[in-house]
Amino acid sequence: MTFTQQTGPVIRTQGLTRHFTRHKSTVEAVRGLDLEISAGELVAFLGPNGAGKSTTLRMLTTLIAPTSGTAEVAGYDVVAQRRDVRRSIGYVGQGNAAGHQQRGRDELVSQARSFGMSRSAAHARTEELLDAFDLTEHADRPVAGLSGGQRRRLDIAIGLVHTPGLLFLDEPSTGLDPQNRANLQEQVRRLHAEQGTTIVLTTHYLEEADAIADRVIVIDHGLVIADDSASALKSGLGDLVTLGFADEPTAVAAAQRAGASIAGASIERTGRVVTLRAAHAADAAPGLVTDLAAAGAPATRIEVASATLDDVFLDLTGRSLRESADTATTEGAAA
Amino acid sequence: MSTDTVLGTPVTTPTTPVQRAPRAPGFAADTWNVMTRELKPLLREPATVIIAMVQPLVFLALFSPLLPDVGTGSALQWFVPGIVAMTALMGASMTGSNLMGEMVTGSHERLLVSPLSRSSLLVGRALKEVVPMLLQAAIIIAVVTPFSFDLHLGGVLVGALVLAVFSVGVGSLSFALALASKDQDWLFWTIQQTLIFPVLLLAGVLLPLDGAPGWLSFLADLNPLAYVVDAERALFNGSFALDTLLPGVAGAGVVAVLGLVVGLRAMRSSS
Repeated sequence: MTFTQQTGPVIRTQGLTRHFTRHKSTVEAVRGLDLEISAGELVAFLGPNGAGKSTTLRMLTTLIAPTSGTAEVAGYDVVAQRRDVRRSIGYVGQGNAAGHQQRGRDELVSQARSFGMSRSAAHARTEELLDAFDLTEHADRPVAGLSGGQRRRLDIAIGLVHTPGLLFLDEPSTGLDPQNRANLQEQVRRLHAEQGTTIVLTTHYLEEADAIADRVIVIDHGLVIADDSASALKSGLGDLVTLGFADEPTAVAAAQRAGASIAGASIERTGRVVTLRAAHAADAAPGLVTDLAAAGAPATRIEVASATLDDVFLDLTGRSLRESADTATTEGAAA
Repeated sequence: MSTDTVLGTPVTTPTTPVQRAPRAPGFAADTWNVMTRELKPLLREPATVIIAMVQPLVFLALFSPLLPDVGTGSALQWFVPGIVAMTALMGASMTGSNLMGEMVTGSHERLLVSPLSRSSLLVGRALKEVVPMLLQAAIIIAVVTPFSFDLHLGGVLVGALVLAVFSVGVGSLSFALALASKDQDWLFWTIQQTLIFPVLLLAGVLLPLDGAPGWLSFLADLNPLAYVVDAERALFNGSFALDTLLPGVAGAGVVAVLGLVVGLRAMRSSS
């Protein structure tokens, strides 16, 4: 196997756009995406269902062609050089990689052979992966009879059979229970840390993007609305401090004093409650409470919360990602 | 960022190539891979070969005893080649349902993103149809030979070859139908079930078409399976007369070419 020096971007898109036409109406699933992802990054596309994450991934993996714009993956154009792209990437889709009538071991060997591995190399790699993903005892059972977690592990093993330098995962943990989800995240992190694999995954789970990705690209309505590390996104928004007071006049006075003492804070008052959002507000909160008490406006209640990615999404879109995701799922289930 | 050559291939775009597969298998290797993969479930559970045979065996058991002896041979001698052809048609026309299952569960998508060529994904699947078809023909012939059926092995083997070509074509059409019925299972089954009996009846599989009215024999003349069945009847009787054999080979060939062309188009636009 040949390893090449990994320096520049492995993925670059320019004006990447995809429209779908259904029932005479055009849906702009992805709108003019400009993106660069470097070798060795671990990137999460985060957004509600229908935001355009999976459509983007499907264009990058050659499954669908862009309506306009270009994308280069691993040095190849996703339209003109599809087979070169396919040889260069690993892909774990939303569904099961292994046919439900098949046996896991057979599917791993077949996938390895499709990448040109010799028979013996394919079998050796298959055993290695079965062992690594704790699937050896299930390898000769029909895939239909495996549990959801076992099937998902098999999907990932199949995606990794040719040790790709670039791996795409589309909603890898959807449908998994919390235990299996944690295991999967651990495997993705380890793959990235030990092999230096470039990983691009989509998720609508905030916690997942927060926990594993170095870089979070927030997508909504087909547009990138934020692109940074999770911690930078959150610290940019600042911490939320909520203070309760005995009566409304005290709260009014406290709001004024807090505004003067913490620079750049955005402060709101609703009745006897004052909320304050500012960078590093969590650090300033104890001093603020002492100061307010000294000034004759003692707080009766305090709550300090660091920003979550949901707050970031809410701040960017005016909607909660949690709610959008839930709504979309409910609609999907009802349809 | 480099634009120099990697693995001897000129890199025309400035993104960094990642490690890629050691060597690209050709069409034959890919097709073999797809075909053997498709055969694995059959190999693991050979009994599944019976599924497409249920109806033909029912006809063989409950219908053929009602037939009067035709011409020179026994009724069975006349009926068995048609039933073997019917089994081939049933099996190959249903085979798209396996692909539909894989489209729903996701493994078809995985294969589309793999380096396997679109043509090998279609041709490998279509070629696989030959194996269950041969097994089914062997079972039927084994069942009827103790009765009033004279086995002419040479003719049966050539007949199997013609049916193999026919099965590849019908299998490809079935895959094309499956790909076109994405997310609409009912469409696949409606079309498959609507077509299958007219095609069988218009091929004279169950009853001879000799006394058919003009419009019916006109439709039968347009049915490639009619020529295939005529050729099978001659071959199963040990006759290699070219005036029935050649139209049969041509009928099977037309179905195969049409199937592969339509199937390849469908597979290329699959996503």
